[in-house]
Amino acid sequence: MSEPTGVIHDIGYQRYTGPRLGRRHVFGALYLHGLRSAFGLGRSAKAKIFPWLVMGIVLVVAAGLTAVRTQTGQVVMTYAQFADAMSWLVIFFVAVVGPELVSRDLHSGVLPLYFSRPLPRGDYALAKLGSLVTALWLLLGAPQLVMFLGAAFTTDNGMRGVWDELLDLLPGLLYAALWAVVFASVGLLIASLTGKRAFAAGGIVAVFLMTAPIVGILSIMPSRTVNELAMLGSPTALIHAVGQYTLGDLLVPGGDPETQIGGFGPVYVAVAVLLVAGCVALLLLRYRKVAAR
Amino acid sequence: MTLLATESLTKTYGGRVTALADLTVSVEPGIIGLVGANGAGKSTLIKILLGLLAPTSGRVSVLGLDPTTDPAAVRARVGYMPEHDALPPDLSAAELVTHLGRISGLPRTVARERASEALRHVGLHEERHRAVGGYSTGMKQRVKLAQALVHDPDLLLLDEPTNGLDPAGRDAMLALIHRIGTEFGISVVVCSHLLGEVERICDTLVAIDGGRLLRADRISAMTSATDVLAVEVSEGTDDLAARLAALDLPVSREGRLLLVPLADDATYDLIIGAVAELDLPLHRLDQRRHRVAELFATREPSNV
Repeated sequence: MSEPTGVIHDIGYQRYTGPRLGRRHVFGALYLHGLRSAFGLGRSAKAKIFPWLVMGIVLVVAAGLTAVRTQTGQVVMTYAQFADAMSWLVIFFVAVVGPELVSRDLHSGVLPLYFSRPLPRGDYALAKLGSLVTALWLLLGAPQLVMFLGAAFTTDNGMRGVWDELLDLLPGLLYAALWAVVFASVGLLIASLTGKRAFAAGGIVAVFLMTAPIVGILSIMPSRTVNELAMLGSPTALIHAVGQYTLGDLLVPGGDPETQIGGFGPVYVAVAVLLVAGCVALLLLRYRKVAAR
Repeated sequence: MTLLATESLTKTYGGRVTALADLTVSVEPGIIGLVGANGAGKSTLIKILLGLLAPTSGRVSVLGLDPTTDPAAVRARVGYMPEHDALPPDLSAAELVTHLGRISGLPRTVARERASEALRHVGLHEERHRAVGGYSTGMKQRVKLAQALVHDPDLLLLDEPTNGLDPAGRDAMLALIHRIGTEFGISVVVCSHLLGEVERICDTLVAIDGGRLLRADRISAMTSATDVLAVEVSEGTDDLAARLAALDLPVSREGRLLLVPLADDATYDLIIGAVAELDLPLHRLDQRRHRVAELFATREPSNV
């Protein structure tokens, strides 16, 4: 849109009389903007490196698994197991992208520009949360889709084989969604507390990794009940426990889920729901305060 | 139509710190200067006008709307330029202003068009595609002004728009604000702690101190009959004074300057004529407005 050189015509200021879109569109615009910046789109080349590196790794792993399966006929990893196996990458992805979405805005002071617009404070937080959930789900779901396509095209049982494969894929995608929701809500809450991206990233990694030993300690305590509830100790283990309870042998093929979580499946589900709800509530509260500053 | 009105507006933080105390003011559209020292309550008032803070008591209306009950409707018609740094360094001005235009509810293509327009109006052209991080303070201030304009508001709230600018940048920013207020048909509230600067472009002045209203009036009412011509000649000041007195001009001396009240344009001619006749080297002849500060200085003790 460069102007022709030479005479510059000053057409003066034009008032705008066209449509002004409502809350849903504004929310959508912010959500899409967040999702794009999660993968570095519309940002500097430097911002693209990490998200696409992680995306590349998970896709290569998925392609490798598919290749092994077509060659040897052996299922190395189910769809649901894939998410568990990638947990480290998911943690680092949240630690980089979460602060990218919220800490950057806190640091640069851009929030007054948002909150002086017809954007309810809660919508800002929820749109960002939606962006991060979607980004994480794509990160875990895309490679599963690659695995599915590989399996579907090489199946020996025709359409029936594809259908069976699809029935395996859908729980896998739902499990990926569980990962995405829990990690995004915890990660974004931590990131929203500080404008310093390094601190936010460190905090997120600490919460997700440092809580793992808690699970280890609880699981060797001399009480069966404590052992069975040990996986409440960290978000990663919590997700795994919910997966064990709901997905059964899709996540732990051939294993007996009762041994690890006993009859506490519903407790794990309830705690997961409460954790997400609590984080979202705190996130909304946090932005009530930020907006008034 | 009343642009802004407050009625016994009070805001206290935690019941102890009083930011605004019983502020009642009503202003008409135009360019309004909101002046007061740091901590006088200017920023608090702006946040209440935007519906970001709830007043402790009292009533407020902006463009006929109540920001405490319908903040979204108010914010859709108001543009806000914050005082502090508010720009993410790695986005370009065009991207940022486009994005914020969409957050104001503009459709995608409209937002892009209006963003370039707004940036052009504040004087940013090709550089608008560069990352904001590399901009000078003056350019950043312009981007902040452009983002407040992008959605074509009916009212602009500018919080210390000349902060951190050099004298030339200040003049340019003030000229731009004046142009927005007069040519664009958008009312502007300019917050500043520098009275001398806003009085140059405003037609209404609201002065607050310690959260209380000092005075609110049309600036013409405040400064009428106070304009003075200052004459300085390198030599022969006494001769000129005598000559002007002989012409029935009530001349007074202030150091090396002669001050003559400005009645009408004829006063200029009389002075120029007198200087020419005496063949004196004229150093300067300029119109000096009595600083509005002097008007407040006499009132302040009774109010504070």
